[in-house]
Amino acid sequence: MSDNRLPPELTEYARTISEVARQVGLDFFETRFEVVDYDMLCQIAAYGGFPQRYPHWRFGMEYERLRKQHVYGLGRIYEMVINNDPCYAYLLSDNEMTDQKLVMAHVYAHCDFFKNNIWFSKTNRRMMDEFANHATRIRRHVDRQGFEPVERFIDVCVSLENLIDPHSMFMRREAADHPPASAAARRVAAEEQVVRYQTKPYLDRWINPPERIQKERQRLIESRKGEHHRLPAQPTRDVLQFLLRYAPLDDWEADVLSIVREEAYYYAPQGMTKIMNEGWATFWHSRLMTRHLLKDDELITYCDHHAGTLASAPGQLNPYKMGVEIFRDIEDRWNKGRFGKDYDECASMEKRRRWDTGLMQGLEKVFEVRRVYNDVTFIDDFLTEDLADRLRLYHYRYDPATRRMVVVDRDFAKIKQQILFALTNHGQPYIYVVDGNYRNRGELYLAHRHAGADLDIRFAVETLKNVQQIWRRPVHLQAQINDEMVLFSFDGQQSQQQKIHADLPKPAHTI
Amino acid sequence: MNRSSVDYGLRAGSRPVSIEKDYQRFRQIVKGKIRGDLRKFLTRGELLGKEGKHLISIPVRGIDLPHFRYGDNNDGGVGAGEAGVGDSVDAQGDGAGPGGTQPGAHILEVEVTLDELADILAEELKLPRIEPRGKHIITSHKERYSGLRQTGPESLRHFKRTFKHALRRQIMSGTYDPRSPRIVPIRRDRRYRSWKTVLKPQSNAVIVYMMDVSGSMGDEQKELVRLEAFWIDAWLQRNYEGLDSRYIVHDVRAQEVDRDTFYRLREDGGTKISSAFRLARHILDQHYQPDEWNIYLFHFSDGDNSSETDSRECCRLLREQLLPQVNLFGYCQVASAYGSGNFINVIHEHLEDCKNVVTSRVNNKDDIYDSLRTFFSQGM
Repeated sequence: MSDNRLPPELTEYARTISEVARQVGLDFFETRFEVVDYDMLCQIAAYGGFPQRYPHWRFGMEYERLRKQHVYGLGRIYEMVINNDPCYAYLLSDNEMTDQKLVMAHVYAHCDFFKNNIWFSKTNRRMMDEFANHATRIRRHVDRQGFEPVERFIDVCVSLENLIDPHSMFMRREAADHPPASAAARRVAAEEQVVRYQTKPYLDRWINPPERIQKERQRLIESRKGEHHRLPAQPTRDVLQFLLRYAPLDDWEADVLSIVREEAYYYAPQGMTKIMNEGWATFWHSRLMTRHLLKDDELITYCDHHAGTLASAPGQLNPYKMGVEIFRDIEDRWNKGRFGKDYDECASMEKRRRWDTGLMQGLEKVFEVRRVYNDVTFIDDFLTEDLADRLRLYHYRYDPATRRMVVVDRDFAKIKQQILFALTNHGQPYIYVVDGNYRNRGELYLAHRHAGADLDIRFAVETLKNVQQIWRRPVHLQAQINDEMVLFSFDGQQSQQQKIHADLPKPAHTI
Repeated sequence: MNRSSVDYGLRAGSRPVSIEKDYQRFRQIVKGKIRGDLRKFLTRGELLGKEGKHLISIPVRGIDLPHFRYGDNNDGGVGAGEAGVGDSVDAQGDGAGPGGTQPGAHILEVEVTLDELADILAEELKLPRIEPRGKHIITSHKERYSGLRQTGPESLRHFKRTFKHALRRQIMSGTYDPRSPRIVPIRRDRRYRSWKTVLKPQSNAVIVYMMDVSGSMGDEQKELVRLEAFWIDAWLQRNYEGLDSRYIVHDVRAQEVDRDTFYRLREDGGTKISSAFRLARHILDQHYQPDEWNIYLFHFSDGDNSSETDSRECCRLLREQLLPQVNLFGYCQVASAYGSGNFINVIHEHLEDCKNVVTSRVNNKDDIYDSLRTFFSQGM
């Protein structure tokens, strides 16, 4: 192992850049840079940014992919940052000094984003240690259970790792999960939910007539009846949590599943803020470099590499480009007061072009945006028609005649819808547990909430088998395929699918 | 940043344990998948012409773990740029349809060398390593730079040693001044690299492919021969450092041809297998001494020899002249719409007692698998 302390030159740069970054308002965890060669960077990147992960072949696969990408010149990792306190960042040893400065400025902005964006607020900031602990735990299971059973089970869990609910970090849903068990408690709960209009006591009889109250109470109790027999009480998207709680798992299996789940939650905010996070980092590195850090002789190299990160291939959206353009646009609009009713309703192009109220709240606004938005809300609120036009966004689709993807039009509404769809739930389908005791036989019933796109059937069938491995009883998945509701089932031996018809028993909840 | 936190950083934030194990495990899984689909790869024509160290891209199914995910609804997406309506945005631009035309085919391209593939083949077919015949090991000569001497061409001068000697001499003679460390080598100080000739045992092999190109051998049959010969090559290449291949085609007369012609040539007319054996005999006598070479003979035919007499003549030639000298004589009979396919029976009848004669029938591509096993299962 070679010494990974920073060369003095870089230490000096890191100090300068962090000072400048703090002056402009960035607020970040202490950041530790390490210089590594490309092979090492690929290894770390394959491990999701961490030096220690549990043993699993998919990291090896990712490593090969990254290394090949580099060898064939298809892509290059300049840097890696880890959301952790302290923040760790890896610099590539054969970067030029200009690159290292650019990367450092970029990294400080990432750290600021990790620390201040609300979606990251629930992530574990000692994840470096946590990942190492996970590795130890899994190695221990391997020692006891043997390598292959553990590997097979990790395969199963990883196959389901996207069945989480990234919003659940912010909810306290324990109470809702377990409706009051006793009849008395149910009556009290119902009582609390009966609507009573506020009024003077002498009017109460007429405003809230006792008969209505009584009926309402009765109705609520009726409707709640049997609810505590339902499992889950509400449809839940945190399928992994549900499996952890109710599936008949061995201790070691439960531990492996909880590790996979925890790591999935750790990475979820990064998936939810890809555009913003990269946009923010790019926004600041370009600002810091051009206004504070660049020396004359570094200009060309900087411009070359900066342009490289912002380049877009046909048919692809570059998150760096998209993000930085939106942030710059926000700054500009809030500097000039180009928002609100007056501006939106102004029909004169000439007037709009000259619009400047001298508000100068741009910087304030971008900091606010980086605090409370995620990619979906970010695009929804700030991708304006003007901006889409300026970025020359277009909508493309498959053309059966030429068997190619071709540009269709530049219709703003469609473009926006398309981007939002791709970003919602990180482009993953919504899968709910709707019944944990289907047909009263302990069978698991999952449902896909259709939002415009069908599930991939082959994948769904394969994945369902993995769900069954954990649940052990038969499992079902309800999904809308080609406008028909289909039930996929797997009982451990056989896969089958059938159209859902009226005779089929209903699950506890409907989606 | 205080001292202790720096120390902590060096420990906790350090390098990965090593991804090597995960990587090896991944390769192992890939090989397992390839093994499962081996029959398919055996019949893939596009592998032909690859050499042992060349990387071959192989599509492997089902390595990636399945997730619930959207199918491709051909709904397209959003891009940025100056493209006009109707312009293609395919990154590859090769006109291949998007994922939507082949739903769910999650295929990973992995690269293996032909040698690795040959190993997988051997493992799957349970082929033993071939044992080169003991006395036929010849030695190859290699030059290795290993020592120093005082004379030699300037191009081989060893600068470091030369300077060391100069330094030593100057110190001994007291002309070295540490404050002005100037070292001047003279003739006596010079050192040159010298080499030794190393003898390295090497086992060589020659394969003589013979093919019947008479009228009854059609393109389909040739394709089978090509594939079979390719894998024979691959496996023998894996076992011998030096491998020569010779090609003979025959109808009623035999002639030696190059590889390309071997696979393409088409003749009409009758068949006289003995002609090929005679030519093989001649080639071996000329170039390949049996005590220096491991010799493999493979003959491909539809088994329709012109006369019973000639068939008997073949067996006599084999028994008396060829078989004593070769490691293996493999006869591979491909099915043909014409012809009796009797030659294989003749061989069985006459040469049953010869251990180094192996025969197999290949009726279609799937038989290649078993045919290869038959040829090499004895490790000869």
